[in-house]
Amino acid sequence: MKKIFYILVIFLFKINIAYSLIEVDITRGNLDPLPIAVSPLHVDPQSDDYKDAKTKELGSLISSVVEKNFKSTGLFNPLNKDAFVQKPDIAHLKPRFEDWSLITAQALVTGKLLIKDEKLKIEFRLWDVAANKEMIALAFTTTPSNWRRVAHIISDKIYERLTGETGYFDTRIIYVSETGPRTQRIKKLAIMDQDGENTKYLTLGNELVLTPRFNPTNQLVTYLSYFRNLPRVYLLDIETGIQEVVGNFPGMTFAPRFSPDGKKIIMSFAKDGNSDIYTMNLESRLVEKLTEDSSIDTSPSYSPDGKYICFNSDRSGLQQIYTMKSDGTSTKRISFGDGLYGTPVWSPRGDLIAFTKVKGGKFYIGVMRADGSGERLLTENFYQEAPSWSPNGRLLVFYRETKSGKNGEGFTAKLWSIDITGYNERELKTETDASDPSWSSLLSK
Amino acid sequence: MIRQPVDLPPILSVEFIQISDKTNIPFAPKARKVLEKVKKKEEEERVVSEQAPPAAKAKEKPDRIPLPKKQDEKKELIKKKQNPKEVKPEIRQASEFEKKEIIDTNQIAALIDKAKEETAKVKKNKNKLTQSSVKNSFASGLTLSEEDALRAQIFGCWTVPLGLPYDEDLLVRVKLELKQDGTINKSEILDHERMNKPGQKFYKILAESALRAVRICQPLRVPQTGYEKWKTIQLNFDPTEMLKG
Repeated sequence: MKKIFYILVIFLFKINIAYSLIEVDITRGNLDPLPIAVSPLHVDPQSDDYKDAKTKELGSLISSVVEKNFKSTGLFNPLNKDAFVQKPDIAHLKPRFEDWSLITAQALVTGKLLIKDEKLKIEFRLWDVAANKEMIALAFTTTPSNWRRVAHIISDKIYERLTGETGYFDTRIIYVSETGPRTQRIKKLAIMDQDGENTKYLTLGNELVLTPRFNPTNQLVTYLSYFRNLPRVYLLDIETGIQEVVGNFPGMTFAPRFSPDGKKIIMSFAKDGNSDIYTMNLESRLVEKLTEDSSIDTSPSYSPDGKYICFNSDRSGLQQIYTMKSDGTSTKRISFGDGLYGTPVWSPRGDLIAFTKVKGGKFYIGVMRADGSGERLLTENFYQEAPSWSPNGRLLVFYRETKSGKNGEGFTAKLWSIDITGYNERELKTETDASDPSWSSLLSK
Repeated sequence: MIRQPVDLPPILSVEFIQISDKTNIPFAPKARKVLEKVKKKEEEERVVSEQAPPAAKAKEKPDRIPLPKKQDEKKELIKKKQNPKEVKPEIRQASEFEKKEIIDTNQIAALIDKAKEETAKVKKNKNKLTQSSVKNSFASGLTLSEEDALRAQIFGCWTVPLGLPYDEDLLVRVKLELKQDGTINKSEILDHERMNKPGQKFYKILAESALRAVRICQPLRVPQTGYEKWKTIQLNFDPTEMLKG
């Protein structure tokens, strides 16, 4: 009887406990970059010129580009290939997850490539090592010379799958290349892949060029150059090389930037010591004046939905950041901190505005919300300015100059990037000194 | 002469039998020896009683108290004493057996008490519908140190996806069914439908990172006892504080 009683009690207790679930809140984790293994792509033996060393190396080259991309984000930690237990020819089929978890990999990239009839076919897979499952598998076909872009596209797809954000690897950065002594700088327009490869010079350096900006929808670039000693806004089609002056303004035009749909250019036009903001429709060539103020209004930038514009103005006495509707109404000052604010750029996400701040003789790159709240200074230096957003709104690229001697010795200008969290500040390698960077949108959409 | 020692109150209960065995003891010295034996016996009995708590024994077997049986027991004890080889194992048996019985009884008593407490808590929770109070009572399934140990372990395994926006509601609730060794029998995202909804990419990324964390962490640091309490647990992954920095 007693045993039955006890069993009953235990049974009742079990029923009761079934309803009482233990909850544990996990509010902290580690901020280490995600350990990821990028296995070299397996080269299919049926490939043309399989015995050629270049063909054999291609799998390793592509994985190296992917690794380099991941490393640059600060979000991933590509593991050393020497530690890999599985060889690419086996790994690309179905990885032995135990081998990869042994080296603490949490994600694994495998793949293979085939070169046949002058076409390069690449397959890759992303694996969740802990869950023993495939996360994404894609294939691309292109010309073999395009292998580097394919590596960037693979990086973008993996980045998007692991972070939820679109990638920014298959992109370019246009900038002003600078050579020569500081007093006699030769400035050319240059363009490179975001990882510093494939640098090309777009102008010869005869004329001074400044502030190049990418069209967010295509490979058109707008920039400022001097024509008969007057600064003028130009348009350049990178693919065709065709260049033209934007509009026939009697004074100076500067600080150009495209609208989000790429159909308009917004810029400053200065006349008689006063500068205001104008737009010009690239199809109809119609010009519209947006600000009417005796102050200097410049550096306009559209919000990604095209409904608002941010710009800087000294109408309050000191240079500050303002926003207005895209028709020029409802102007509102949004920066109120100490110091001067300039070069505002609206994030492609729409949530933040990046800016340069000058305070106490130092230059800062910072971000604030579109209403001016939540100002955060990301980096401080002797001289730095001109932030430009990565297409996913995750990073800012800007340029930084070093302090130089009286004769300009020791002077350098370099491109740097920083995450909007303020982490992962790093220099972008360029062939020459560089300034005024602008990040393109994704080349493959 | 014979009755005098019998009348001695302290000796009565124990010595009666002994004396009855030696009813012809004529001299007091012999009686002293008997007394010494009684003392020794008492000491031996104390040892036994220390090994097996008497209270529980008495409670457990109230039916066996009647006098005739008691006499039998005493006789057995004497036999044991006469043959030490038999006494030792009996003492061991008695202690081990009694210990087990007592532990079981206590556990059951504890379980009954716990069940009452938790029933009461559930009733209270039904009255108070605030989330925090429910959570507190649920959390009572683990002690604070046990909960901290588990939390600290998961902290180490959870690589927080750093690209997540900090201003979105991204709480991921993972329900785990655990084996007794702390390995995972089954894991389930409670808001599973949200993972595949459009515009919920970040939630999916976070949920996957949470699942990775528990898988990497296993076996989880769970208590060695009370499996029933923690065989199902819920982990709430909330990266907000970390992402805000």
